[in-house]
Amino acid sequence: MNAAEGDIVQFDNVGLRYGAGKEILSDISFTLYPGSFYFLTGASGAGKTSLLKLLYLSQRPSRGAIRMFGTDVITLSRARLPAFRRRLGVVFQDFRLVQHLSAFDNVALPLRVSGVKESELEKPVADMLEWVGLGDRSDARPATLSGGEQQRVAIARAVIGRPDMLIADEPTGNVDPEMAVKLLRLFEALNRLGTTVVVATHDLHLLKKVPESLIMRLDKGRLGDPTGALRYPPKRPLPQTPGFELEDGL
Amino acid sequence: MSLIKGLGSERSAQLVPQARLTGPMPWVIAIMVALTTIAAAGGLALANLAGAARAELSGGLTVQIVEAEPTARDRQAELAVSLLANAPGIEAVRRVPDSELDTLIEPWLGDAGAAGDTVPVPALIDVRLSGPVTDRRLQAVRGLLRGRAPAAQVDAQSSWLRPVFSAISSLQWLALGLVVLLAATSAAAVWLASRSALGSNRGTIEIVHLLGGTDGQIAYIFQRSIGFDAVLGGTVGLGFGLAAILLLGRQFAALGSGMISGGGLGLYDWAAIALIPLAGVIIAMITARITVLAALRKML
Ligand SMILES: Nc1ncnc2c1ncn2[C@@H]1O[C@H](COP(=O)(O)OP(=O)(O)O)[C@@H](O)[C@H]1O
Ligand SMILES: [Mg+2]
Repeated sequence: MNAAEGDIVQFDNVGLRYGAGKEILSDISFTLYPGSFYFLTGASGAGKTSLLKLLYLSQRPSRGAIRMFGTDVITLSRARLPAFRRRLGVVFQDFRLVQHLSAFDNVALPLRVSGVKESELEKPVADMLEWVGLGDRSDARPATLSGGEQQRVAIARAVIGRPDMLIADEPTGNVDPEMAVKLLRLFEALNRLGTTVVVATHDLHLLKKVPESLIMRLDKGRLGDPTGALRYPPKRPLPQTPGFELEDGL
Repeated sequence: MSLIKGLGSERSAQLVPQARLTGPMPWVIAIMVALTTIAAAGGLALANLAGAARAELSGGLTVQIVEAEPTARDRQAELAVSLLANAPGIEAVRRVPDSELDTLIEPWLGDAGAAGDTVPVPALIDVRLSGPVTDRRLQAVRGLLRGRAPAAQVDAQSSWLRPVFSAISSLQWLALGLVVLLAATSAAAVWLASRSALGSNRGTIEIVHLLGGTDGQIAYIFQRSIGFDAVLGGTVGLGFGLAAILLLGRQFAALGSGMISGGGLGLYDWAAIALIPLAGVIIAMITARITVLAALRKML
């Protein structure tokens, strides 16, 4: 397990069980490289969300080793985890918007947590809401938004801080196909700016929409390569597009 | 003060909603602070009362001339007064005039009989020593009077009031116990309230946690929000408590008894009472912090 220069995530023989139940994830080994775009597929119940939980540091594996940004995050002290989480952008399957806060305040939350000044966050947050098509709903509470609108707020919150890695759990599950494609463009745009993207989805049509993506498949808690011997997925260089602007995305 | 600053900056205060005035927290705290205030005021007033009475009585002796025959009584009383007035270590000697005795005993005997007419009433002499009354000095005074005023009975004034003092002292302990119990109950109530606030905001806490919020940041949000409730409740509670104290004080003052008037509250007492809501706020915020941190520690 030489921490190859530039790898952003490394899983080694990771297993996960909830409580005393059976293993939900077994023998998971893979490496993610910076700037790549990954799809994580698999039937419902295959363990996609569980794998992402390990990735966004909300769950500890029951066995195995996980390195992120070159650091072993399993033995890392609790006090140092927030700094790692701030480098991630997460779209939760159930959105996890703060119900008492407006769309604006939900999107601004990661910036406020990181201590960004109020004067410096108003414009980026407003622009981001504009970009996901919610410019006129910035004062709305989540409960007054449709499922698709909430999902877009969740996505805006995940990408607002220009994370090193974007982790999205079924991010297009509640939007119509057109909006799904538009959101994928947003992820691609972010990806071209250098963000590593991991999108979990059971929608196989989505995979074709991002030609340069790499695909990981989970089947009953195991990654697609049945021997587990290979690094999965294989490394492949990505074409970089410097100077790509968010506003040009659509 | 960071508490006030947090309330002022609207945007950052919105990490978690501020206005939770509808919850039971402020009222629970208000009631606790009011009760604690009243109990503390009562205890402090009793302490002052006991202290004042003790100081006033500690140097006092009472000489009674218990003699049924009026002329003998008067003679012995006058002799005793002149003997005592010339003895060393005695500050003041005063024979309580018969008219004063009449008013003193009137409630028991009615004004039918003036002192000494129908019912023989002893002559009373108030003696003030220069220091506290010790057994030795009591014996010395008795020795002085023994031969010449055989009807004299000498008592320390404080010994008459010993049962009163012990009753007051019990009440003081009771007040102290109440204050301690109320403080413990308040802390428990605040603990429960902050746990339930935590429960209903668990989602928010998890989200801020997953977005990279530190334990300190999250605890601060709750501390501030519960501190705000506690300030509100403490202020209201102190208001109710003070109103009750002033009302009770006025009613006791209306009794016009000299003894009760010794039980007023001094500047330091009022300062101590004013610290009660402050202590409430501090307990509330510390409890909130401990509760939130304990819950967070269970998350990765
Ligand atoms: N918190 C949990 N406690 C116990 N079992 C869980 C928990 N979360 C998920 N599971 C189980 O783990 C398996 C994988 O679930 P999940 O990771 O959500 O799959 P997917 O996202 O691919 O649908 C399922 O069988 C599910 O019931
Ligand atoms: Mg899932």
